[in-house]
Amino acid sequence: MYIFTNRLKLIAISLVFLGALGWGYSYVNSKKSLEEIKVMLAEEDSHHETAAVTTEHMPGEHAAVESHSDDHAEHVMHQTHNRPYAALYVAAFFFMMISLGALAFYAVQYAAQAGWSVVLHRVMEAITAYLLPGALIVLAIALYAGDHLFIWMDPEVVAHDALIQAKTSWLNKTSFLIRGLIFIGGWSAYRYLSRKYSIAQDSADDAKNFKRNFRLSAGFLVFYLYTESMMSWDWIMSVDPHWFSTLFGWYVFASMFVSGITVIALLTLYLKSKGHLELVNDSHLHDLAKFMFGISIFWTYLWFSQFMLIWYSNIPEEVTYFVTRLADYKLPFLGMVVLNFLFPLLLLMNSDYKRVPWFVVMTGIVILFGHYIDVFNMIMPATVGDRWSIGLPEISAVLLFLGLFMFIVQLALSKAPLLAKGNPFVKESENFHY
Amino acid sequence: MKSSKVIHALYTDDDVLMGAVKKLRAEKYAIEEVYTPFPVHGLDKAMGLAPTRIAITSFMYGCVGLIVAILMMNFIMIQDWPQDIGGKPSFSYLENMPAFVPIMFEMTVFFAAHLMVITFYLRSRMWPFKNAENPDPRTTDDHFLVAVSVGDNEKELKKLLTETGAVEMHVVEQEASH
Repeated sequence: MYIFTNRLKLIAISLVFLGALGWGYSYVNSKKSLEEIKVMLAEEDSHHETAAVTTEHMPGEHAAVESHSDDHAEHVMHQTHNRPYAALYVAAFFFMMISLGALAFYAVQYAAQAGWSVVLHRVMEAITAYLLPGALIVLAIALYAGDHLFIWMDPEVVAHDALIQAKTSWLNKTSFLIRGLIFIGGWSAYRYLSRKYSIAQDSADDAKNFKRNFRLSAGFLVFYLYTESMMSWDWIMSVDPHWFSTLFGWYVFASMFVSGITVIALLTLYLKSKGHLELVNDSHLHDLAKFMFGISIFWTYLWFSQFMLIWYSNIPEEVTYFVTRLADYKLPFLGMVVLNFLFPLLLLMNSDYKRVPWFVVMTGIVILFGHYIDVFNMIMPATVGDRWSIGLPEISAVLLFLGLFMFIVQLALSKAPLLAKGNPFVKESENFHY
Repeated sequence: MKSSKVIHALYTDDDVLMGAVKKLRAEKYAIEEVYTPFPVHGLDKAMGLAPTRIAITSFMYGCVGLIVAILMMNFIMIQDWPQDIGGKPSFSYLENMPAFVPIMFEMTVFFAAHLMVITFYLRSRMWPFKNAENPDPRTTDDHFLVAVSVGDNEKELKKLLTETGAVEMHVVEQEASH
């Protein structure tokens, strides 16, 4: 039995505390009035001017700018107010996505009756324990933040926007909530039952529970593929309510799948280094690393497919999504391709490196950082525009959810034996050899 | 030319063969070659063969393919007959790059795959009109053949091979191995 040590508890709780404190500070700090924003903008302007003394100004230019400046300052004020919400939402979604990705991977293992991965089942079950609280938090933040994240939640905006008006039958708060609860309810019900059967199988003398899990997982995967796609429209794509992409759901799926698998690998290596999971050998690690490698490339494929079609056709209402990102988010937008594609491609290409724990850990951290940036790129441009940064609100929000994630996952790990010993494939997994 | 004696021992089961190869290696006999009707998992390790370097060649061929694709598309679409791609007449390779990515990818895969297969054939000394080196046609059906070079004690080797489950043995005079 794994023991959730007090030291780890302390670390997790202090991460939550630290994150909450940092986020709370930046939240209070973000409540700037219009006057303060104007002062701030004036200061920024004077900076620009001293930097570019030689630029000549047209005589009439200043007056024209003046009439615009009120609108602009109000816009910037909204963006400043939005930032803590967006930072919190990105981090909350990122950790929820890890857990949901791991759940899909777990269901695939059962549905495919995979033998190799049985020794990792309890690790996956522990990661998916975060799904219910994590997803409820995401939904709660979405509804609490309201028009700070989703402009279609602002009736004032909808009243003047014909495009959003046409979508109100889908994009309204009530159905958003109901859909969210259906998604979360379905995923959590699967997670609850599958965990129950998995534990019951430990002490069973027939394979009844295993068979139940097999059928349940196959059914869940169908439900998941639909709901995950819809969830990505609701919880992410609707921050840009004018924009749409048909493969967005797949794209988000690739991101969550690779993050989930990476965390499974990292947690497995952590437990292994503490002397647990005796039956996990380097072939299991090799397979996880193969998945990290393969799904990273799959992610790139979808990211690029979405980008290329929109870039090629150049239709204004679609291409604006990437124009904003290339104009204001050049570093995170292109940097994420380096982190999520080039790094895993080059580091994990060699078969031998996939068996070297520190190599997998290093690549795993790069992949996770890259996919955080991916979520960042999905949410931030629509909420804070060009006033983005990775500063106190973003980092504290990550710490907050990292602490919560650690706490719940460790708690789940300590609740059941680390080996699903009743699984009919446990012997195959033990002898798994590449 | 120096000639050496080789024993061809035949087996009828891959597990027995694996056991025999391990035993022979443990007894320090030199296994010249093993002929099998299908790839036997783990045989290369049991024989102590050096790990394959074909993956490295594959990576290099992929890089060549990528470079060829870049140069080719640059010549065709930018220099030789400048194209207005997707209503964006920038006539710059870099700005039109997204349109070329599928070709860059395909050429990378094409070069890596084809040249790797050709390399594998050449390295295995298999080229058109080449006669098979197979010493016994039954190894293409249901027999496994181990060629062991005979040291000082032929009798002892034969005894050992019988113990490991060989169903047949032939002593063959062979030219010194290449």
